[in-house]
Amino acid sequence: MTLAARALAYGFANRVVGRGVDLDLAAGEVVCLLGPNGSGKTTLIRTLLGLLPPLEGSITLDERPLAQWPARSRATRLAYVPQAAETYFDFSLREMVEMGRTAHRGVFARPGERDRARSAAALERLNLAALGERPIHRVSGGERQLALIARALATEATHLLMDEPTANLDFGNQALILEEVARLRGSGAGVLFSTHHPDHALAIADRVVMVRGGGIMASGPTESTVNPENLSTLYGRPIEVVRVTSADGVSRRVCVPGAAARR
Amino acid sequence: MIVARGRFAPWLLAACAGLALLVAWSFAVGRFPIAISDVWRVLWAAATGGESGVAKNIEAVVLQIRGPRIAGALAVGAALAAAGAAYQGLFKNPLVSPDILGVTAGCALGAGIAILYSLPIGAVQALAFAGGLIAVGLVVAVSTWIGGRDPILTLVLTGVVVGSLFGAGIALVKYIADPYNQLPAITFWLLGSFTGALPRDLPATLIPIALGLVPLALLRWRIDVLSLSDDEARSLGLNVGLLRLAVIVCATLVTAAAVALAGTIGWVGLVIPHACRMLVGAAFARLLPLSLVLGAAFMLAVDTLCRTAFGTEVPPGVATAFIGTPVFIALLAASFRRSA
Repeated sequence: MTLAARALAYGFANRVVGRGVDLDLAAGEVVCLLGPNGSGKTTLIRTLLGLLPPLEGSITLDERPLAQWPARSRATRLAYVPQAAETYFDFSLREMVEMGRTAHRGVFARPGERDRARSAAALERLNLAALGERPIHRVSGGERQLALIARALATEATHLLMDEPTANLDFGNQALILEEVARLRGSGAGVLFSTHHPDHALAIADRVVMVRGGGIMASGPTESTVNPENLSTLYGRPIEVVRVTSADGVSRRVCVPGAAARR
Repeated sequence: MIVARGRFAPWLLAACAGLALLVAWSFAVGRFPIAISDVWRVLWAAATGGESGVAKNIEAVVLQIRGPRIAGALAVGAALAAAGAAYQGLFKNPLVSPDILGVTAGCALGAGIAILYSLPIGAVQALAFAGGLIAVGLVVAVSTWIGGRDPILTLVLTGVVVGSLFGAGIALVKYIADPYNQLPAITFWLLGSFTGALPRDLPATLIPIALGLVPLALLRWRIDVLSLSDDEARSLGLNVGLLRLAVIVCATLVTAAAVALAGTIGWVGLVIPHACRMLVGAAFARLLPLSLVLGAAFMLAVDTLCRTAFGTEVPPGVATAFIGTPVFIALLAASFRRSA
């Protein structure tokens, strides 16, 4: 169960955004997509979801070209978690999550027993069960983002592609989302997420893909790939990676801006 | 505004009960008051084919005058409210309605041309439908081409512009029309009224409305997904282009039938879905039935007041504008505050 891109060029009919992308997302792993503003992270994610046609190269899901998947069966394998926007109509969280069952139902069918059970289970897994009937405008940004993750789970997809799921969230909610993503891996999902925080990669990602200047700048295991050299090149500023040890003795690495940023 | 939400059945039942009372009231009141018991006897006799035992002139008022007018008001109110709810979901935009999108003006121009050439009611319907489709097609094309950072406002402004273009077309139709027969007829029809609702015209209105409403009702679970972003809807397995086309065609068909019967009655399609969304939430499966019932009730209440409350008849299209304008301004203000 792998989503794989080979020699992929992505972008729009009149503008190539990136090319030469090789990328794998297997079940049970978390891959983090890092890159500066305008590096085409969103475009790459949209292409991997099958929302944009690849310009060159191939994308396969379970060895079968993505374009050959019927839209509805693709939707039950590959789920999209967008940034939680404010623009939705005021659906309840439960209604939002039940929309994840769209591809499992006939065109005219109402949500059935199974759809409701799956949606309730998804809400439960993200600790949102108590908020099911709450309108989406009346929950916190973090809860709204969790609801979109729950919707992706309700699709029963094996691969979740998340476009900056931590953007616009406060520090606590960012940590909450990361925790949940790490939990998803434990249950066998393959997650690709993009972020502007390399710390998020260090916190939960198995592998990291860095995109810059129209292609992949570096990719590999988080431990070796997230290093000062790569980060400094990626963001065009000196960045240091330091090891910190918390009070309970757990040691981990965090990124801090390097010397040039200190005035 | 905070209202207890999610309790759909009570709201729908209350709306239906209110509608039934309104219908009874509307039959009874007017220049020629009729006892409710007589109304009931006449309707029962008409339904069962028996003898009512009520005076012939009363029977005529109930069956030939008030009956069709009430049926027309109910159908148009329900149609415009449903079309408004569908357009709002489709365009992910709480500020649009058949009139704001210019669809009503497009339908009116089509119907006006048909009236100008004295075409039969079927052709009036068909041309109204064609005019509405052209209007909504133009609005979609132009607002997509403009793009912009605020798609909600862009769509509203484009609708206003396209609506005024079709308004100019209507002015031209009036200018060409025969000033003694056609011009008054077209003018009074455009004001929005149900005085022209004749028993023989009703099937031509009710059939297209039903043809448009049935697919909307069947697609009610999918229409919610359509109101998400296109990327989300497509990634959830929805055929966005096809569904959007189907909803546009249905909502426009329903609008065209309403306009062909009753002229340009604005604001119902904006105000009613909005009120319903406050009552029962955004899910189309609840929004559509409640919009149908409340739209019908609202239209009938306005029309009945318009023909009884004042010394002379007021066109209901004029009355709805008095209600709709402040509501739209409030919605616009709320939408700006939210995006600010």
